[in-house]
Amino acid sequence: MAALMETGVKGSTHTATASRTRNFLNSPKGIMSWIWTVDHKRIGVMYLFAVMFAFFLGGVFALLLRFELIRPTQDIVGPDMYNQLFTLHGAVMVFLFIIPAIPASLGNFVLPLMIGAKDVAFPRLNLMSFYIYVIGACFAVYSLVTGGVDTGWTFYTPYSVETQTSVIAMTLGAFILGFSSIFTGLNFIVTIHKLRAPGMTWFKMPLFVWGMYATSIIQVMATPVLGITLLLLILERAFGIGIFDPAMGGDPVLYQHFFWFYSHPAVYIMILPGMAIISELIATFSHKKIFGYVPIAFSSIAIALVSFIVWGHHMYTSGQSELAATVFSFLTFLVGIPSGVKVFNWVVTMYKGSLTFQAPMLYAHAFLCLFTIGGLTGIYLGAISVDLHLHDTYFVVAHFHYVMMGGTVIAFLGGLHYWWPKIWGRMYDEFWALVSAALIFVGFNVTFFPQFIMGLQGMPRRYYTYLEQYQSTHLLSTVGTWILGLGFIIMAIYLIRSLYVGKPAPKNPWFGLTLEWTTQSPPITENFTQTPKMLWHAYDYDRVLMDENGMVTFNPNAEDEHAHDGRAKHTNGRNGKSHIEETTRSFN
Amino acid sequence: MNQNSATNMTLPQASRFASDVDSLVAFITWGSVILFVLITMISLYFLWKYRRIGAPTFTSPISHNNQLEITWTLIPTVLVFIIFFWGFKSYLDMRVIPANSMELKVTGKKWFWAIDYPNGTNSVNEMVLPVNKPVKLLLSSSDVIHSFYIPAFRTKMDAVPNRYTTMSFEPTMTGTFDIFCAEYCGKSHSGMIGKARVVTESEYAKWLEEAESGGKMSPVEFGAKLYTSKACATCHSNDGTANTGPTWKGIYGAKHKMADGSEVVVDENYLRQSMLEPNAKVVAGYQPVMPTYQGVLKEKQIDALIAYIKTLK
Repeated sequence: MAALMETGVKGSTHTATASRTRNFLNSPKGIMSWIWTVDHKRIGVMYLFAVMFAFFLGGVFALLLRFELIRPTQDIVGPDMYNQLFTLHGAVMVFLFIIPAIPASLGNFVLPLMIGAKDVAFPRLNLMSFYIYVIGACFAVYSLVTGGVDTGWTFYTPYSVETQTSVIAMTLGAFILGFSSIFTGLNFIVTIHKLRAPGMTWFKMPLFVWGMYATSIIQVMATPVLGITLLLLILERAFGIGIFDPAMGGDPVLYQHFFWFYSHPAVYIMILPGMAIISELIATFSHKKIFGYVPIAFSSIAIALVSFIVWGHHMYTSGQSELAATVFSFLTFLVGIPSGVKVFNWVVTMYKGSLTFQAPMLYAHAFLCLFTIGGLTGIYLGAISVDLHLHDTYFVVAHFHYVMMGGTVIAFLGGLHYWWPKIWGRMYDEFWALVSAALIFVGFNVTFFPQFIMGLQGMPRRYYTYLEQYQSTHLLSTVGTWILGLGFIIMAIYLIRSLYVGKPAPKNPWFGLTLEWTTQSPPITENFTQTPKMLWHAYDYDRVLMDENGMVTFNPNAEDEHAHDGRAKHTNGRNGKSHIEETTRSFN
Repeated sequence: MNQNSATNMTLPQASRFASDVDSLVAFITWGSVILFVLITMISLYFLWKYRRIGAPTFTSPISHNNQLEITWTLIPTVLVFIIFFWGFKSYLDMRVIPANSMELKVTGKKWFWAIDYPNGTNSVNEMVLPVNKPVKLLLSSSDVIHSFYIPAFRTKMDAVPNRYTTMSFEPTMTGTFDIFCAEYCGKSHSGMIGKARVVTESEYAKWLEEAESGGKMSPVEFGAKLYTSKACATCHSNDGTANTGPTWKGIYGAKHKMADGSEVVVDENYLRQSMLEPNAKVVAGYQPVMPTYQGVLKEKQIDALIAYIKTLK
């Protein structure tokens, strides 16, 4: 799928390697042009810096709390500080990093490019979403400096109503961040519906766009419930309205229902974008038509819909009725099926491909491995009787880190490397990228795999100290975080270095076929010189080859699967495969 | 269990349904391992077999295969339904409470477990149970949500304020097993640890007798035992070290400044009041966080504790 300009075909020839020309980064100039920008790429880049900072902060909290857990005794912090550390780690990672990470940074940058649009549908709303994010983050930081929060990121009542820490500032922060998330989702839905390039039908869209669409639906539909819940919590704390307070006839378990009604779908706000990136990475680096496009696209939608009716599986032990627990358990297992379908399709996509093993592909494989473990361990927790044993133990901690970090963060890193040349016009250092990815993979497993064992042994989560029998697994887990930390330090160094000394990136370093690779790296403001027009499906690696400089070659021997596609034939002047000449052209 | 599992990594199967839960865990584990190895081997094989040598070329037009899609949708569907029904079945075993169950009342408080026995005896953080007798726990909380968890029994249940939840099990093995609080409840969440001591029927009867009145122990010995068994030791040291509450060492007869500015000489009546109405007179510099022991401590036990405190000089 590239852009063929009817007028541009003859005119443009070998523009070759992108000389350092005007692009969205250097034009217009000046700090004010960034502060007031409505360019989705600039907003994406600003989001990228913001979420990376949040990731750094959350990561430091994680390193500290894991260090404290190296022995059962007090090492660096006391119990109060420890409780704040795991709360802040969770809250920062969830609300400030992982929810906006892929949609608002990479998604913002790539989505309009992928569908051949100039920008998102509402560029000003996009900028507003960023500033709302910043305001929400300020509240979170304010709560941090005014005594922190020690409730866990879930803010369970009645503890969150009683505690002396600054819960209101943090929940207000999360409440505000919710609007940022809603605006991004709304913007993407409208963009996908209205701004696709001519010829890009729904089933020609890259799977990343499908994933973003599913994510956006959840963002728009579920986040308001979080807003209401947190607002009720704030009212409860500030004015004692009593809705969750048992002393006033309220119900603390109601809070859990409200909270998970958002926060379970939110898990899919986190993982669906990760899956969306993996579909792109596997196809591009297999250089192969994606296997099962329709099942992958629909499984995203299926996951999004089912995600709304499984929240009760967080509450098997809360005292909800046995019938409710049984129904939620049954529905929970349904989510496993579309996730499995995706994994199988990704693996088979590699069959008869032409595979390269660069850093993004390494991350895609790390994802396949870690996400599969994360998904399979979800089956333990879905089975009610096993969950009564494992609920609120380290098994759960390990499970969601395998899904959230092994899944989403690894996919985010894969996507970051994949689109890095497009964003900055510079290549990163492949060798150090492989070293760093390997360290992260090993460190991750050393950190979190022992936690499955600990959980099966009964080690509860959120424990400041622990009994002797868990010592060896805790020690191993802490050592893992150091390997993980080293991997991230290396990554930070070579990525920042690449901005100054990296090789200039060509248009299409990975020989991809999606639209973002047809424009220069970094793209100009408004992305394309002319409205692109779709001539092939997103993954037509059997009949189209686009080289590093955007030169396109058609396969003269290709079986034309899309013979029914009248538009393509018309614009290309082809009447069937017997007439196809091998042609090499430059587009855009 | 504590001694056991420090060296032995496997949890004992100490309740009737524990082995069924473990069998289901084993079933899921084997299924997962097979699937995981299969996916990984196929991925690595493709990665090697179809690696690119030279320039990128056109590749195969294979785009879908409906039979394959249906197969890998149906097989996992059948597997997860089996697991669902198995989990559901053993869940019913956990939730259907036998009619001949012995009923204990368990109350979670920051940060200990108070356990009431059918004959009116109570204990703190130590749940003594006769072996091979079904038990029903009636759980609640007097402050925030806690969760009563015995890993060796493979079950847990939240203790929620202002309502009862239930949990049921049948211990099948004598020994001592950890009780944890699994729902985060604040500063000493990780210190809210108890022991389930499963004993024979006759030992259980003997224990009930001793817990109530101290049996043949002297008041000081009984008080020393209560100091740990009623969880006083969680917040009050007996050797002068600082903790959540004032140390007991040398407290008897001392003159203490209260939070409201008044001064109190610590005598028998002040000690008694501090156990039953702990927040009436709080020593300056400490938070009013101690829960009341009204109804938890019997007269004889209060006497024994005071006798014990007097010996700490």
